[in-house]
Amino acid sequence: MTVVAAVWSALRTVRDPELDEPLPDLGFVARCEVDPAGGARVELRLPTYFCAPNFAFLMVADAYDAVAGVRGVTRVEVVLLHHFAADVINRGVAAREGFVASFDGEAAGELDGLRADFVRKAVLAGTDRVCRALLAEGVDAARLPGLTLGDVPAGPDLDRLRRRRNELCLPAGDEDALLLDPVTALPITPSEAKRHLAFARLTRTSMEANSGVCRGMLRVRYPRIQEEENTG
Amino acid sequence: MYTKDGEQYFVVDAHTHFWDASPENWVEGQEEFAKGWIECFHAYQGLGPKETHWPIDRFQKYSEELMMHDLFEAGHVDKAIFQPTNLRQWYKNGFNTTEADGALAERHPGKFLVNTTFDPREGEEGLKAFEERVKRYGAKGVKLYTAEWRGDSRGWSLKDPEAARYLEKCEELGVKNVHVHKGPTIWPLDKDAFDVSDIDHVATNFQGLNFIVEHVGLPRIEDFCFMATQERNVYAGLAVVVGGLMHARPKFFAKVMGELMFWIGEDKLIFGADYAIWEPKWQVEGFVDWNMPEDAELSDFAPLTVAQKKKILGLNAARLYDIEVPPELRLEQETEVEPVGVQQP
Repeated sequence: MTVVAAVWSALRTVRDPELDEPLPDLGFVARCEVDPAGGARVELRLPTYFCAPNFAFLMVADAYDAVAGVRGVTRVEVVLLHHFAADVINRGVAAREGFVASFDGEAAGELDGLRADFVRKAVLAGTDRVCRALLAEGVDAARLPGLTLGDVPAGPDLDRLRRRRNELCLPAGDEDALLLDPVTALPITPSEAKRHLAFARLTRTSMEANSGVCRGMLRVRYPRIQEEENTG
Repeated sequence: MYTKDGEQYFVVDAHTHFWDASPENWVEGQEEFAKGWIECFHAYQGLGPKETHWPIDRFQKYSEELMMHDLFEAGHVDKAIFQPTNLRQWYKNGFNTTEADGALAERHPGKFLVNTTFDPREGEEGLKAFEERVKRYGAKGVKLYTAEWRGDSRGWSLKDPEAARYLEKCEELGVKNVHVHKGPTIWPLDKDAFDVSDIDHVATNFQGLNFIVEHVGLPRIEDFCFMATQERNVYAGLAVVVGGLMHARPKFFAKVMGELMFWIGEDKLIFGADYAIWEPKWQVEGFVDWNMPEDAELSDFAPLTVAQKKKILGLNAARLYDIEVPPELRLEQETEVEPVGVQQP
């Protein structure tokens, strides 16, 4: 694999924490280049000038870390374009400063808690995905609270759900409950199941609708994006 | 009023603006923000049908004649409610102020309701000025923009003790409808900018007020629905849901409408076109024509009835604002319907 291809695949591990989708899939990577000396330059773009600076910071910092870990990369530059806080974010990430130091006086804490909140949402959304597949196969909804992850057919949706549960240190083995509370890690009881599944469905709808709005806005902002899609 | 298939719909557009974002109105030194703001709005317009897109110069500043035409001649709107957004930090005369809206409304009696706004960071003086504006324009509602910048401050919270004083004043003056925009760049930056927990807090403390969450908390619909199921006085403003999803993302529009009907219910959904981001014409016509598609993924949701659409397009807002609805446009039986939802075990 060439170094630039390796950088692209590293970028595929970086997600918009809010949308739970890889940056290249969302069209957020405007440019990715590696010079002969191993200097990597990645340019990121977002759907609006006022996209939330905390999520923007996480994406730029995560992209920096992912690219810095690629074999053959000697120097990393990640640049957020066309954003009201771009200068502050780019400088802060390049200097390896945290969020609080970058936004002097405007932020009271780092972003770990925020990130965890959104991984919990991703767990709920992922739960809806695998449960819908089970229901489509004819599994009775009343049986879901008694099932384990091992009862779910293998596939990318299950892999993704396991990864998100692992990120939160939630049990993610074959013998672990399919339905669990992403905050307490306790299995969902049969009496709680209906409400839990309804919220899982709602959370997925919310994240996917949000993703749809973001993709739509990005295309309006960068009209050339359609022709660029599926490159890299 | 809109008539389709023999049914007559009384239309209240509960979210409209008369703004000036032209370069002449940009504050020196803040041009990047003033430009970025209106371009962001303009990108939202891109989610509507192509034939309704405007060039940026018209979008920055449109005429009174155009607005009157788009709402009342072409757009089927019976009453429109102004929701101001000051943004004086970026725009010299403000972006869309109570005063500009009020002046337009006074030139067209009977067409508009003028809401005002407040900012608790303005203290005692602001409280007095707020009362004067309420009396001057007969406001029955406010539009709050908690993310508004002011000096070094990047916004405020409804939980702030200063905000409680203003909400008490709302109760005293009969300003019973509190529209809250949830938007980005709120302080502190490390928190989720779209967090709706402050609305939960004040909805519990101020039972006499109605809280209308604009854009249904998008992109946090799940948090909004969770909160709204616990508070009887929380409503969903549909601006952006209809304008931003119905045309551009019809499948998600169906899912979001399904969820809102499920959790919030037909009596608490309030239509707003969000002019001039989107014109009301295609939204009103499209919503009346729309229904829940036949799709296994949507099987949890029932189709919408004509009566439900009438409530959402106008009758619900008319109830909140005491707008007189002509007898022939009312529903035969006014009944409040609980959302389906799922009760706590």
